[in-house]
Amino acid sequence: MAIPFKYSFKNFKSRNLTTIITIVGVALVVFVFAAVLMMAYGVQKTLKETGSVDNVLIARKSANSEISSIVSGDVQGVIRTLPNIAKRSDGSAIISNEPVVIINLDRQEGGISNITVRGVSETIKDLRPQVKLTEGRWFNFGTRELIVGRSINERFKGAQIGDKVKFAGDFWEVVGTFEADGSGFESEFWGDGLQLLNAFNRGNSVSTVTLKLESAESFDSFLNAFNEDRRLQQFEAKVEQAYYEEQSTFLVQFITALGVFITVIFSVGATIGAMITMYTAVANRTVEIGTLRSLGFRRRNILIAFLFESLTLSILGGLVGVFLASFLQFFSISTINFNSFSELEFSFALTPDIVVSSLIFAAVMGVLGGFLPSVRAARLKIVDSLRAV
Amino acid sequence: MPPLIQIQDVSKSYMRDSFEVPVLNNINLDIEEGEFMALMGPSGSGKTTLLNLIAGIDKPSSGKIKVSDTDISQLSETALAKWRANNIGFVFQFYNLIPVLTAYENVELPLLLTPLSKKERKKQAETALEIVGLADRMKHYPKQLSGGQEQRAAIARAIVTDPLVIIGDEPTGDLDKNSAEEILTLMERLNKEFKKTLLIVTHDPHAAERANITKHIDKGDLV
Ligand SMILES: Nc1ncnc2c1ncn2[C@@H]1O[C@H](COP(=O)(O)OP(=O)(O)OP(=O)(O)O)[C@@H](O)[C@H]1O
Ligand SMILES: [Mg+2]
Repeated sequence: MAIPFKYSFKNFKSRNLTTIITIVGVALVVFVFAAVLMMAYGVQKTLKETGSVDNVLIARKSANSEISSIVSGDVQGVIRTLPNIAKRSDGSAIISNEPVVIINLDRQEGGISNITVRGVSETIKDLRPQVKLTEGRWFNFGTRELIVGRSINERFKGAQIGDKVKFAGDFWEVVGTFEADGSGFESEFWGDGLQLLNAFNRGNSVSTVTLKLESAESFDSFLNAFNEDRRLQQFEAKVEQAYYEEQSTFLVQFITALGVFITVIFSVGATIGAMITMYTAVANRTVEIGTLRSLGFRRRNILIAFLFESLTLSILGGLVGVFLASFLQFFSISTINFNSFSELEFSFALTPDIVVSSLIFAAVMGVLGGFLPSVRAARLKIVDSLRAV
Repeated sequence: MPPLIQIQDVSKSYMRDSFEVPVLNNINLDIEEGEFMALMGPSGSGKTTLLNLIAGIDKPSSGKIKVSDTDISQLSETALAKWRANNIGFVFQFYNLIPVLTAYENVELPLLLTPLSKKERKKQAETALEIVGLADRMKHYPKQLSGGQEQRAAIARAIVTDPLVIIGDEPTGDLDKNSAEEILTLMERLNKEFKKTLLIVTHDPHAAERANITKHIDKGDLV
């Protein structure tokens, strides 16, 4: 049987300032690590929640964002003829032909950013019922009015009700604000699609077409019909949720890569901290190690006891780091999404996976930092260590 | 019956830098079962070294050490660790209790290396603590005990596995006169009442008197 775990744990507890500093060091690194993953996941989650599973978004195959996609009027007509499209009680198909443009606006804290303006069709409330007016009123179709998403309303100048936003040579009055379950739509302006086409002289070529299916299950049958139509060859139909989730890939990869790179560098420091702490522990307890060995405990038992101690230290640091990081869930930040080149607000989001990864990361620091000191402890000669009074 | 411990032509030298420093020269010594032997000698004469060889925490440079028919100089490191756990009880000058464990946990420690159940371990550890008179101090940590009490806890740890030999390197060296007296009385009792074989190193002639037999060592030779 091995040296009781209590030995490792109590030794770890009975220690001093170096131990606390080491725990704080590990906690900080894990905090940053968890924060980065929470940020990346927050972006992904926000965009994923933007789309619905029973909506289909059609864009040009070659386009990797909505603004670079073009769907001409005759293609819009073809799409209308496809099966499985949901209809309102008045018989009109729930389809929104959406021109998407980007405008510049000043942030409240200074600096300019890109904002998406989305033109929508009249069936929009049936297409995206999650979008809810919070103040003011909806824009009127046929006028140059806009409603503004919560995030833009809070963070940008000239995005309040009554303000006039200038673009495409005209002034567009903000008449209402809306929320959309914290999704990416909250980082957009919405107005009448036809007015937008008109103002930008685009004829009737919109960016994307989004339609509601009779049910999420009818997607396959819709897609078959879509793919069979040769006139739609240059276009691609995706479940709206999947489409927007894909719009997170660049930003998620960028945040993850940069974040992991930074935290790995930080973690070298924390690992060395753990190593110093454990070397000190071994030095202070040399006689104890000799005693345990003379009682009949083996080198392996000593190695494990000290590794456990280092692990306890780092896991505790990890728990502290994750605990602190969990408070980030109350914060949201706004930045340019590289896929759409426009502003996106998102919240830090914690998942069980992130908790587990962070603790594994902490444990790795503990094992790496504790390994050499533990090996030293295990390799001591009994007679020498007993003499080290 | 052959002696419990037979030391045959044992020499030991250490390497210091690139010099070989002889510490023990051709030692021959028998220790009978049930004997209480004291080993005396000036500082640096090799007493601790000899004790370490008998206890199996060091190996002789040449010669044989047989303990109840096992030639421990031939055992592998792992086998030797197991052998120590079963056959040797250690008492150190500075007690060497584990500070983060209670008296009871310290005494239980060597039993963790045996196949005993938790219940059996408890029974055995409590018996050992009773023998040394520390039954009421089981939950105390070493720093809450006096020197004499710490050494008694250490003796309980040494006897808890019922070893063949109890080995003590200056077990009273760090104690005041009264506590030293207590420890010596306890050792005497282990020898007489429990028929334990004891081997202690001491500088104190008064302590040596309590043993049945005293051996002297000087500059690595038995005299
Ligand atoms: N591990 C070692 N490496 C090198 N030299 C050693 C080692 N252990 C002991 N020695 C040397 O061997 C000699 C005998 O040491 P030992 O500890 O056996 O003496 P001792 O009789 O116990 O002395 P003391 O009464 O001071 O405890 C000393 O000169 C010591 O320096
Ligand atoms: Mg000595």
